[in-house]
Amino acid sequence: MSLEEAVISADAQQYCTFRVDHLLIGVEVWRVQEVIRHQPMTLVPLAPPEVRGLINLRGQIVTTIDVRHWLRLEPRDDGGQAMNAVLRLDDEAVSLLVDEAGEVVSPARDTFEPLPPTASERIRRLFSGTYKLPEHLLLVLDTTAISTITSGQRDAALRRPA
Amino acid sequence: MNEIVQEFLVETSENLDQLDQDLVALERDPSSRELLASIFRTIHTVKGTTGFLGFRRLEDVSHAAESLLSDLRDGRLVLSRARTDVLLEVVDSIRGLLGAIEATGEEDDRDLSALVERIQVLQRDEPNEAEESSGRVDAPAVGDVVPAPRASAPVSEDAPVVEEAPARPKLVVPPPPPFARAVAPAAEPAPEVAKAAPARKRRATKQAPATTAAVPAAELATAALGTPGPADAAPLAPVVVDAGASGIDAPPHGDATPGQDNAAGEQPTGEQPTGEQHSEHPTGTAGPTSVGERSVRVDVDLLDKIMRQVGELVLARNQISSHAGLSQDQSLHQTVQRLSMIVSELQEGVMKTRMQPVEHLWNKVPRVVRDLSAMFDKQVRLEMEGGETELDRSLLEAVKDPLTHLVRNAIDHGLETPERRRAAGKSETGTMTLRAYHEGGQVVLEVADDGAGIDPQKIAAVALERQVVTSAELNQMSERELVDLVFRPGFSTAKAVTNVSGRGVGMDVVRTNVERIGGTIDLLSTPGAGTTFRVKIPLTLAIVPALLVGCRSQRYAIPQANLLELVQLRPEEAGTHLERIEGATVYRLRGKLLPLVRLEEVLGFAPEATALRRAAGDDLDVALTSGEATTIVVVQSDDLLLGVVVDDVFGTEEIVVKPLGQHVKQIPVFAGATILGDGGVALILDVPGLAAAAQVHEVSRNVAAAQAARDLGGQTLRAEQSTFVLLRVGAERQVAVPLTSVSRLEEAAADAIEHAGGRLVLQYRGELLPLVRLEEVLGEPPAATAGAREGGVPLVVYSDGERHLGLVASEILDIVEGVFDVRQVGASSAIVGSTVVNGHATDVLDVRAALELTEGSSRVA
Repeated sequence: MSLEEAVISADAQQYCTFRVDHLLIGVEVWRVQEVIRHQPMTLVPLAPPEVRGLINLRGQIVTTIDVRHWLRLEPRDDGGQAMNAVLRLDDEAVSLLVDEAGEVVSPARDTFEPLPPTASERIRRLFSGTYKLPEHLLLVLDTTAISTITSGQRDAALRRPA
Repeated sequence: MNEIVQEFLVETSENLDQLDQDLVALERDPSSRELLASIFRTIHTVKGTTGFLGFRRLEDVSHAAESLLSDLRDGRLVLSRARTDVLLEVVDSIRGLLGAIEATGEEDDRDLSALVERIQVLQRDEPNEAEESSGRVDAPAVGDVVPAPRASAPVSEDAPVVEEAPARPKLVVPPPPPFARAVAPAAEPAPEVAKAAPARKRRATKQAPATTAAVPAAELATAALGTPGPADAAPLAPVVVDAGASGIDAPPHGDATPGQDNAAGEQPTGEQPTGEQHSEHPTGTAGPTSVGERSVRVDVDLLDKIMRQVGELVLARNQISSHAGLSQDQSLHQTVQRLSMIVSELQEGVMKTRMQPVEHLWNKVPRVVRDLSAMFDKQVRLEMEGGETELDRSLLEAVKDPLTHLVRNAIDHGLETPERRRAAGKSETGTMTLRAYHEGGQVVLEVADDGAGIDPQKIAAVALERQVVTSAELNQMSERELVDLVFRPGFSTAKAVTNVSGRGVGMDVVRTNVERIGGTIDLLSTPGAGTTFRVKIPLTLAIVPALLVGCRSQRYAIPQANLLELVQLRPEEAGTHLERIEGATVYRLRGKLLPLVRLEEVLGFAPEATALRRAAGDDLDVALTSGEATTIVVVQSDDLLLGVVVDDVFGTEEIVVKPLGQHVKQIPVFAGATILGDGGVALILDVPGLAAAAQVHEVSRNVAAAQAARDLGGQTLRAEQSTFVLLRVGAERQVAVPLTSVSRLEEAAADAIEHAGGRLVLQYRGELLPLVRLEEVLGEPPAATAGAREGGVPLVVYSDGERHLGLVASEILDIVEGVFDVRQVGASSAIVGSTVVNGHATDVLDVRAALELTEGSSRVA
């Protein structure tokens, strides 16, 4: 199934998959507006560190979140270009910077499991659970977590050194 | 909801606004038949329409009001305060009913019988002789509305009425309503007038199907204009043609409601035409375009959408232009140029559709003023200037509440009661002036009163009491800053909570609302003479010109409205133009000290490097001496000037402000983002936010405090050419005052100097100028001759823009210019140092410090 078709069939059980480093992340298909190649980025000084910049999406200005940074993963070093997965949140679009866009999957319900308590606090805040796919674990992104990205560092940056 | 009802609601609510205005105006000028006729027409229309639509309550109340108005119009009754009140109440009731209809489609069940009864009671009072009314008919000026003698037929009689003015040669009719003007063929009226006038007696009959109901009114108008006589008919005709063609001053009320023959509403003669009227003019002569055909009601949302799309188009145009710039293709260049022109014109055109005269905003003010002045027992005359000034409608909407608040505030707090005014030697009636005008690409709206003005000390006391400021802060503040405290949150000077201004909505909200739309608000006040609030707002918000600057290889936009100038700072100038005051770098801009911020630093780049530079005690100067010329963008926010050091300046571009996403929009230094010609995204800098982030307010206060001292002492003074005013203080001490601190040299009559509040003051330009005897400041024994000299006391008036002070010297000796070597000697803080001028040892005065010395005691009290 192509991505476009997947977007049209708005089934909550279908997930667009994205690879970020070694992780496979799933986002409900109806949340995903489009996936576009790397765009020129305008940096936003003083923004939360997860905010990578702003892109021009056909006249709309969209904030881009660097998922690697968000997950505290190492920055990319293979020189490849990240992709923008543009998600529709309640009242705006936000782009997630991912390594690669994968297929749309419809995992069986009974393969879903909450995250193990051993997972870090941070991970448990970002993902609502996991599907055990044959080869991978699919981490289901809780999109509401995107709105919780704020930064204490911003204020710190605003404060001038004494 | 029924379309007719919808239309009725829209038009009636417009008419009601007009009614408010007309009634208040009528009260001031009860003899204006034009106003009466207009009010009558409106009420009549409401009555007719509501009857037709089956709204009983509306009909009852408007019927009662109409018959009262009809007596007023015919002079049987005189407009009294009580009658105005009841009529205004009618307007309010109608408005309430309309609200209910709008919400539910039906009238609510409010009981209006008491109101109707009161109207009837007021109508029965003091009936005048009916004859009086006819006596007024024969004084028509062209354009005046004087109803023809009323036919004895009752108002509601609906028969084709052939109306004549039997005894009088003239028949006067109201000015044509908008429809009529447009319908009247441009060329037609002239012959008609010529024809009608000789007849000297014109049958004012009407005939029209509903769609052209207003045509007869136009004819009647031409007849009225023609009445002076055949000789005058020709010269008058063009006026009619002009009115017909332009319709500029068409009264907004009296629009015909579709489906409802409305002509009667425009006819104060009391006819109730039902479509069976006759006319001497076949309606076929009507011109091809009526106002109805030429104007369309457009949904505001649609206009907003079009505006946004035009904004996008401008961006697309910018992108195409910048791409075309790289091409060699001549025909592409031409096409782009043409496209560019068309887009600009389109943009202008769309912008125009959104422009509305400020008058729309002011419509409600007379009523507010009337009601409030009654409530507070104040007499207020309202003046309005510049109502035709146009403003984008969304901005108009946005300043509505702030404006109303200012008006209320002016009546509640600004203007005094008649007794107080009399006691202060002013006329009992206070004047409130609303003013609108263009200034430098902005629209200025003023609300001015000639009331008591604002007493800075009173403000200071209240601010202290409400803990808006500390007393330490107060001592640092100038009078201007004290007055500005009214804009602080939590401040409200209302002694008692009135139901007008004391509802917790303070001036801070007004300021916030104004600033939200990119505007500024200023307060000018002269104690005893009045207060002026000046609101400056941009013409439009949708598309703004901006300067693109570079910092760390990224582009940022600074809205032109904040921009004052660009300054190039060359490395070799760094030494002479840059100074450091308490950790902040300032730039000497034409004698003023401009606080500088590095954009890089405010944006949080390289904090380590910044910290290093700070630790090393140097900053820009070091960076400069090693580098090339630096550009300083001088920006303004409120009354604060700020120099922003940027890496590059790219030029200006028209930008469309776009909102930022949730993760970015809380950052105070950005006001939004925009898409540039090359498709890139640029953040828009928010100048007030920038100033706040850089803590420039504090810096600038320090700068201000240090400025005087800097101007006098320090390295720069020694190296530079200085100009001093030389004074003699006491018997023989020579004192120099830097000319930069001197605003005037005066001589005051010795007997004009008075004591007030424990200090010397002089009435000077309508204000009290505090005086300081330099002898006292410098500890000199008073010279015997001081104050006794013929011609008066020599004064040096010092002003730092906010505070004024008169320095009393014994004699003004000279003005000297040159390079003086000022050395620190002596211990007085009022003296920066000493030098030798004209062979005399001369002390250089620090005026600011002298002022602090003398003010310290009185300020705390």
